[in-house]
Amino acid sequence: MIEISDLCVSYDGEEVLHGVGMSFPTGKISVLIGPNGCGKSTTIRSIVRLTEDARGTIKIDGTDIDGLSAQELARKAAYLPQSHSISGISVARLVMHGRFPYLSYPRRYRREDYEKVDQALEWMGITDLRHRRMDDLSGGQRQKAYLAMALAQDTDIILMDEPTTFLDIRNQIELLERSRMLADSGKTIVMILHDLDAVLRYADHVVLMDSGKAQAEGSAEEVLKDPALASAFGIVPRFFEAEDGLHCYVTK
Amino acid sequence: MKNSKRLSTKSKTPLLIIGAAVFVIVAAVMNICLGASGMSLAKLWSALMAGPGSSANQRILWYVRFPRTLACLLAGAGLAVSGAIIQKVLANDLASPGIIGVNAGAGLAVTICCAFGVFSAWAVAGSSFAGAMIATALVVAAGRKSKASKTTVVLGGVAVTACLNALTETVLTIVPDAALSSRDFRIGGFSSVNRDRLIPAAILIIAGIIFVCTLSNELDVLSLGDDTAHSLGLNVSLVRNGLLALAALLAGASVSFAGVLGFVGLIVPHMARRIAGTESGTLLPFCALSGAGFVAVCDLIARMIFAPYELPTGIILSILGGPFFIWLLHKRRGKKS
Repeated sequence: MIEISDLCVSYDGEEVLHGVGMSFPTGKISVLIGPNGCGKSTTIRSIVRLTEDARGTIKIDGTDIDGLSAQELARKAAYLPQSHSISGISVARLVMHGRFPYLSYPRRYRREDYEKVDQALEWMGITDLRHRRMDDLSGGQRQKAYLAMALAQDTDIILMDEPTTFLDIRNQIELLERSRMLADSGKTIVMILHDLDAVLRYADHVVLMDSGKAQAEGSAEEVLKDPALASAFGIVPRFFEAEDGLHCYVTK
Repeated sequence: MKNSKRLSTKSKTPLLIIGAAVFVIVAAVMNICLGASGMSLAKLWSALMAGPGSSANQRILWYVRFPRTLACLLAGAGLAVSGAIIQKVLANDLASPGIIGVNAGAGLAVTICCAFGVFSAWAVAGSSFAGAMIATALVVAAGRKSKASKTTVVLGGVAVTACLNALTETVLTIVPDAALSSRDFRIGGFSSVNRDRLIPAAILIIAGIIFVCTLSNELDVLSLGDDTAHSLGLNVSLVRNGLLALAALLAGASVSFAGVLGFVGLIVPHMARRIAGTESGTLLPFCALSGAGFVAVCDLIARMIFAPYELPTGIILSILGGPFFIWLLHKRRGKKS
């Protein structure tokens, strides 16, 4: 469980989050939605202390993150940024970096580290890619490798900043299905998405943000039907029932 | 997990390191045996076994060729590893100690140190490190403050290099006695290598390379990007600054006895990455060995090409390095388009 209360964040003296409060339940997929620049990424980054000028309280399972060392925090929450630097390292080496928070100098890998890496590769279905260079992979394969790194990090929480952005439709669905499996296995997944129909199908818990504040919070259907959504995006959401449940599309 | 393979990365490391070590040994033996006065392997062996003495071969081996070859190996290893660190930390394949002003900073500091009449080996090595560190801090801080692009950082480094070299020339004009070994120092070379000056630099270079090899994981995590590195629990600014200080230490220690030797830190890491890949655990030791062998070969060419006349090794490196740098720029442009 992640609880955020009264979070204010400034960049270069300008406040971009104004007393944000929200919570992300354990074992669920929580999704942050909102227009560009509303503070979604800043909120997620604050959970792993990537914002310098931040005030307020963020608790993970009741523990204030300010009381945790960098390594302790890295053992609780994994973070996948929106874009990654593409290096020529192998997939296996990248995934092994997920074990970094568990190693002390001079960072010798132990048997259990290799086992976690093998498990993560297997779980993501990319064992056959282990020796491939990251810069030889497609966008979807790369995203899976980074998610495997987050799995090897063995945290209860995985934070993903727009993980579907550079993926084709099939890879988007695959990533969301994997996220569902992770949440069902007990992990707390927090991600930023822009596809409202995907939000409706995959999110257990949704927070709508606008202008540096949380405007609505609840189940996907509740938040998507909240009038705040239309005013935040300047669009009209439309809903229809299909065989697999409720769907959403938008009009101006 | 039914059958953990215990090896999540396919490792070619031992083979690559053995190959590079063989290259170093061959280059070192050639550097010792070939020259104005040739020495067969049998004579080399007997002079080696006899230790320092008064025979011609013993004198050539122990007082001329051996210190010189050792200097080549140390400078090559130090500058190559320094270049590999700088390129990885700054995520910039055009950066190297020669190009971003690190060598020039070390050169200026050594010249100032000597202008004040301080010629002790440790003082020279220390001032060289301090000069390298100040130049590194200057270029990196300016780049960060102005949020400069990778190419702009390099251009900033070129400007800093020009300024520092001009200051060195100014000091040498005012205090001509500060010129340690005159031309050799400014271009980079080994014709007047001094064993006393080699010892502190050797200690710093060997210790520095061993230490930085133990930080290969940190270096790789840092190259994943600041956000990812931070979220993996790495103290990004501490590790980045520490690694840059180590790079300055290695370059500074090399410059203290080899002079302002350019392009080693650019050419060798590039070639090493092509052969050994980008993972620092393999790349750093491979760079150290291949840099050592490369400079020994360049020194051999410098001594042999117009024998009995000898060119400073830095000239050979600049002749190779200039076109290499242009090729790199061309390659980057090709990638962008």
